Amino acid sequence: MQRRALSRLLTVFLFLAGVPSVAGAAVFKPESFTLDNGMQVVVVTNHRVPVVTHMVWYKVGAMDEPPGKSGLAHYFEHLMFKGTEKLKPGAFSATVARNGGRENAFTSQDYTGYFQSVAVDRLPLMMEIEADRMTNLVLTDEIIEPERQVVIEERRSRTESDPSAILGEQLNTVLYQNYPYRIPIIGWRHEIENVTREDLLSFYRDWYRPNNAILVISGDITMKEVRPLAEKYYGVIPSRPLPKRVAWVEPPLKADRKVVLEHARVRQPTWSRRFVAPSQMYGETALADPLQVLGEILSGGATSRLYRKLVVEQKIAVSAGGWYNGRRRGPGVLGFYISPAPGNETEAVGAAMSAEIDLLVEKGVTDDEVAKAIQRLQDSAIYARDSYSTPARVLGGALAIGRTVADVESWPARIGAVTTEAVNKAIARVLKDRKSVTSLLLSKPTT
Amino acid sequence: MQSRFQNWLSPAGLGAVLLGLAVLLLSAAPGHAVTVERVVSPGGVEAWLVRDHSVPITAIEFSFRGGAASDPAGKTGLASMTTSLLDEGAGELDSQAFQGRLEDLSVRMSFNAGLETVRGSFKTLNRNRDEAVTLLRLALNEPRFDPEAIERMRRQITAGLKRKSTDPNVLASRVWRRAVFGEHPYARPVDGTLGSIKDISVQDLRGFVAKRFARDRLIVGVVGDITPDVLGPMLDDIFGGLPATTSASGPSDVATGAGGETFVVQMDIPQSVVVFGHEGVRRKSPDYYPAYVMNYILGGGGFSSRLYHEVREKRGLAYSVYSYLNPMKHGALITGGVATRNDQVAQSLAVIREEWGRMREAGPSADELTHAKTFLNGSFPLRLSSTGSIARMLVAMQYNDLGLDYMDRRQDFINAVTLADVQRVARRMLDPDQLTVVVVGSPESVKPTAKAPDIES
Repeated sequence: MQRRALSRLLTVFLFLAGVPSVAGAAVFKPESFTLDNGMQVVVVTNHRVPVVTHMVWYKVGAMDEPPGKSGLAHYFEHLMFKGTEKLKPGAFSATVARNGGRENAFTSQDYTGYFQSVAVDRLPLMMEIEADRMTNLVLTDEIIEPERQVVIEERRSRTESDPSAILGEQLNTVLYQNYPYRIPIIGWRHEIENVTREDLLSFYRDWYRPNNAILVISGDITMKEVRPLAEKYYGVIPSRPLPKRVAWVEPPLKADRKVVLEHARVRQPTWSRRFVAPSQMYGETALADPLQVLGEILSGGATSRLYRKLVVEQKIAVSAGGWYNGRRRGPGVLGFYISPAPGNETEAVGAAMSAEIDLLVEKGVTDDEVAKAIQRLQDSAIYARDSYSTPARVLGGALAIGRTVADVESWPARIGAVTTEAVNKAIARVLKDRKSVTSLLLSKPTT
Repeated sequence: MQSRFQNWLSPAGLGAVLLGLAVLLLSAAPGHAVTVERVVSPGGVEAWLVRDHSVPITAIEFSFRGGAASDPAGKTGLASMTTSLLDEGAGELDSQAFQGRLEDLSVRMSFNAGLETVRGSFKTLNRNRDEAVTLLRLALNEPRFDPEAIERMRRQITAGLKRKSTDPNVLASRVWRRAVFGEHPYARPVDGTLGSIKDISVQDLRGFVAKRFARDRLIVGVVGDITPDVLGPMLDDIFGGLPATTSASGPSDVATGAGGETFVVQMDIPQSVVVFGHEGVRRKSPDYYPAYVMNYILGGGGFSSRLYHEVREKRGLAYSVYSYLNPMKHGALITGGVATRNDQVAQSLAVIREEWGRMREAGPSADELTHAKTFLNGSFPLRLSSTGSIARMLVAMQYNDLGLDYMDRRQDFINAVTLADVQRVARRMLDPDQLTVVVVGSPESVKPTAKAPDIES
């Protein structure tokens, strides 16, 4: 049975799953300029069908929330669908639907995005109402209170009803000692309950500014057509100074940590280990491309070293792999996971994975592994052009964390230049003698 | 024969712009068209093709009629387990060798089973197309079913079934189907049960391929940078070696049972998951389009449906509430779902029943009907987001016998729906007293009318 989800996506991590990590060089061939008020405009043309995806990304996410106000960024994202001075509550979504459009929004630690996919001749209307809610949102208690309950129900659905999500939330609280990534995007329930209308309005006034926003449009349109529209709808909104951002720094982990959840509803246990790593924007950023190649080598394809050894050859696991997420403003993560085959103890398969991590540190990866991973990553850039909406998502996600269009376009070339030595150096930096967080999701023995 | 697909958005069909906001229309030249061509290979294999030169790739989507609902009794999950093994070694290539070629060539190949079809999905860069096509041919014609791969997939499927066995969404849906369909194959889980997967043998898997992959059950859609001249021989290469016909039988027609019953499956979770629904309409029914438009207004329409408005927007009872039509070959459903705090289940169900009844009694307003049509017509091209999604559309058009020119005619079917049609169909189809309701959780103030049927995990 197919389940139809009304997902105002919580994290772009999910949103980009299935989309090539980043795409690249001379692939999207975007055109870009910046409005006088500081709002960057990017257009990727694809004439296949007369449709566009129109996205506005704000460079503000859960990590920018004031202390004690967790969940504010995401709760606010929901409220952007309520009324403005011109559009009464519900009219925004009604306008999109009545013009044949589909829409949604998402909040991550790093940014918040809003988008509509629509026939190209409806684009000006989408720009008009999106620009309208950048400045004219109206929030009353009658509007915010029912939506607060919706968000709390969303938290119950996504987190509180799902043992692996509960564990994931606990894990982040110890993976990051200081960085705001330790706090869940959706927020702690008691803090969602206490966010005030004034908190929401001041967050809006602080961050929803053209000079903190990026307009990305992909589909059947060119910059020549977009530019006058962007100037008309977004260009007239005055810029305002942004609050100073906290320059968070994450200290190194000084002790290994272990997070264990025994839960009555767990039937298939999982072991994982995570290391804080540099990202494209944080720490030793030159390691991000080699780490992405490493992530591809580990990512769990049937011939990847971890799956082949632990699932195919040793037969002790039903799944095993590794991954790297470096598309973030703050620290990245390098992670490993394994789930035991019947008859194997979770701790034992975890030890086997741990031995593979040690082997990776000791011996490194091979030239053959690196060459094949580079080829697959570069090919993924060709597939990324296939959809009219993917270029907007990839470019927006990159620009919103502080990358440039040139960074995105040069990605296949940079990936192509990654050497085995560079990957092995990155392995040493991130894994060798480093502390980590190990998590275990276990069945609760019935008594 | 060719069919042109353009002008989806005739300005006359669009809703007026709201609230005095000025609109500036670009000079929209509908010069882009998706052209569907029927290609028949020298060997007689038919495919529908949309040529697209924007990216140097080729996407092939295909279906064999007959899915998990045709699995033999006691072999639930056979179709699904078979599809999991097609890319795990074929011809001379064992699993590692086969998967290695797929990965090295960046071929995206997958197979999966639904209740009524077995589907294949294939996408390749044109520069690797020849070898990629060979791999696809091998997967369909010469899968190896090596013992190592069978046992590995059996372990993985078993782990997945265990994981799902405590997932409230999966449980609610399975119990609902068991209640409504009883012993009919539509009640069976596509991916099998712990017991059935244990007993599937290599003979079963080989028998499945021999009996179920036949050209008379095959439907193919192709999109990409490829010409009919090149595609024809390629179709023969991939599918020409399959038997012309086979005689596997499918399920019989079924009506829904357990109307009006409410079942509760106790689970210690903070939020109850609810599935509700009853008999719907089939795809070929003259009532299909009125029902389709009606469902959009009732619970299908994303952030604009009545259920969304009443349950989520106005009362904050849930994050997710929806309904959808599920027309199948041998039965039809209208089904919905909601997830809400345990002490709000009764209230949420009361609101949903009220909306169900309100639509039955009065139908939609003229405005709602107009807006629904505008959305359903205007949003259609959004589904054509990639080569793969267009190819899937081509397969669906053939599966439902909609004709080569369906994309042109679809808006006529939608536009022809009158208020009287929707009222008639709503009155005939919707009945709040006939809803079968399954609640998984610890709901307060919800009285079950009978014991929930047992399901195997």
